[in-house]
Amino acid sequence: MSSTTVAVGSPLRALTRTETRLMLRERAGLIWGVGFPPVLLIILGALGGKKPDKDLDGLSLAATYVPIVIAFSLAMLALNVMPVLLATYRERGVLRRMSTTPVPPSRLLAAQLLINLAIAVITTVIVLIIARAAFDVGLPRQVGGFLLAFVLGAAGLFSIGLTIASLAPSGKVANAAGALTFFPMMFFAGLWVPRAVMPDALRHVSDYTPMGAAVQALQDSARDQFPGALHLAVLAVYAVGFAIAAIRLFRWE
Amino acid sequence: MPVIEVTNLRKSYRGNEAVRDVTFSVEPGEIFGILGPNGAGKTTTVECLAGLRRPDGGHIQVLGLDPQHDRAQLRQALGIQLQESELPANIQVDEALELYSSFYADPADWHSLRDTLGLAAKRTSRYGKLSGGQKQRLSIALALVGNPQIAVLDELTTGLDPVARRETWDLIENVRESGVTIVLVTHFMQEAEHLCDRVAVIDSGRVVAVDSPGGLVNRVNAEQRLRFYPSAELDDRLLTDLAQVTAVTRHDRQVLVTGTGDVLGAVTSVLARAGIVAEQLRIEQASLDDAFIALTGQETS
Repeated sequence: MSSTTVAVGSPLRALTRTETRLMLRERAGLIWGVGFPPVLLIILGALGGKKPDKDLDGLSLAATYVPIVIAFSLAMLALNVMPVLLATYRERGVLRRMSTTPVPPSRLLAAQLLINLAIAVITTVIVLIIARAAFDVGLPRQVGGFLLAFVLGAAGLFSIGLTIASLAPSGKVANAAGALTFFPMMFFAGLWVPRAVMPDALRHVSDYTPMGAAVQALQDSARDQFPGALHLAVLAVYAVGFAIAAIRLFRWE
Repeated sequence: MPVIEVTNLRKSYRGNEAVRDVTFSVEPGEIFGILGPNGAGKTTTVECLAGLRRPDGGHIQVLGLDPQHDRAQLRQALGIQLQESELPANIQVDEALELYSSFYADPADWHSLRDTLGLAAKRTSRYGKLSGGQKQRLSIALALVGNPQIAVLDELTTGLDPVARRETWDLIENVRESGVTIVLVTHFMQEAEHLCDRVAVIDSGRVVAVDSPGGLVNRVNAEQRLRFYPSAELDDRLLTDLAQVTAVTRHDRQVLVTGTGDVLGAVTSVLARAGIVAEQLRIEQASLDDAFIALTGQETS
C-alpha cells in the first residue's frame, strides 16, 4: 500500500520549538523545575557550611543535598509539570485535533519528553556547578555511573509521570495525583531527613522507592563508587514496569 | 465519480449502536450536509470516514482510499475540524498555523489563509484570548492549512452569535469556490438550507433521506396557509371551488385559506379576476424544519 512519506524530523522539531515557547510562557514549570532546586541547595549549603559531617557519612550538608535537589528537579518535571500538561491537552482535545493531521499525537508526547529531559539536564548542570563553586563539592567522580543513575532515574520517574498522565481524566486530577506521588517520594529521597540519618528500617524502604534508589545511586557515583546493583535494578524495574503500564493505558482522547 | 462513498456503515460503542446503517456518497465540489438531531450518529459517521474510528461493518472509500488502511495518505488530503478540540491556551494564532502547516507535505500558504479568514489582526493573540467566532475561524483555517481536497466541518457554528454565524457561512461558500469539497455536520436546519447542495438526514444511526434541501421540503406534502384582508366583499365559494384549496375560514375581516400545491397562484388569479386585492398577504410554507420533523418524528433545536 502506498503511503505518503512525511518528513518526521521537521514536525518534531516544529513541535519541540512550539512546546518550548509555551513552557517559557507558562513559567510555573520552570520555576519549580529549574529555579527551585539551586535555591534550595544554596540555602542548605549556606546553613550547613562546607564542613564534612560524620552523621552524614562524612559528607557536608551541601554534598548530601546535591543528588536530592537533582532528584527534586526530575520528579517535579516528571510527576507534575508533564502529566498535568498532557492530561490538560487530552481533556481539551488538543491531542484529538492532532490525530486528524498526518502527524500522530505521539510526536507531541516525544517533544514533551525531550523538553523536560533537557530542562532536567540543564538544572543538573547548574546544581553541580553551584555545588562545586560555592560549596567545594567535587564533580561526580564516577561519570559513567552518574550518567547511568541519572538516565535510569529519569526513565523511572518519567514512566511513572506518563502513567499518571494516562490515568488522570483532567489536568486537575493529574495535578493532585502528581502531588500525592511527589511528596512521599521526596520524603524517601531524603528531602526532610537525608538517607544517612534515616533509621535503618526507613532506609530499607527508601532503597526500594524510585527516588530513594536514584538519590543513593547518584550519591555513590559522586563519591567514586559505581552505583550499587540493587539501586540500579530498582530503577530499571520501575522504568520498565511503568513504561509498559503507560503504553497500555495511554489514551489520546 | 464520488469523492466519498459510505455504504452500510455500522459502529457501536459497548453495545450501544451509534451508527446502524448509513449509506451516502459525496460528489466533488459540493457542500454535503449531514443533518440530524443530537446523538443521531453524525459525529461517529465523520470520525469513521476520517479514519479516527474503526467501523464495525460496512464500507468506506474517501478519494479512493480506505480510511483505516491508508490513514497517512488520507490525512494529507482530508482536513477535519472536530467539536471539542482546542489548542493550548497560550499558543498564538500564527504559531498554531505555522506548526500545523509543518505537518503537511504540501501545505497551503498559511499567511494568506489567516488573512482570508479574518484573523490578520489577531496574529499574535493567544488562543485562550480569542472569541468563540475567532476560535472557530482558526479551527477552519487549521482544517484547510494542509491544502485538502475535502474539508469536514463538524458543528462549526454551534455557540456562535447570528452575525458570526453569517460570516462563517460566507466563508464556507468561499472555500467551496476554491474547489474544496465540504462535508458539513450540523443540527441547524437554517444552516443546511443556506449552505448545502445536498443533505443526508440521519436519525438514530440510519439515513432516512438524501436529497437537496428543496427536495426534502417537497417530500412532505405539507399544507400551506395564506392569510389576507380582501379589499372588497368576497364570496368564500370563489375560493372553495378551487382544487388546491382545502378550507377557508375567517377571523373578523381576515381570510385564512389552507391548501396544497400551487394554492398561492390559484387564489391570487381568482382574486384578480374578481377585481379584489389581497391586502397584507402572508404565506406560511413548509420549511426544512417541517420536512425534518416529518422525516424523523422529532422536534428540532
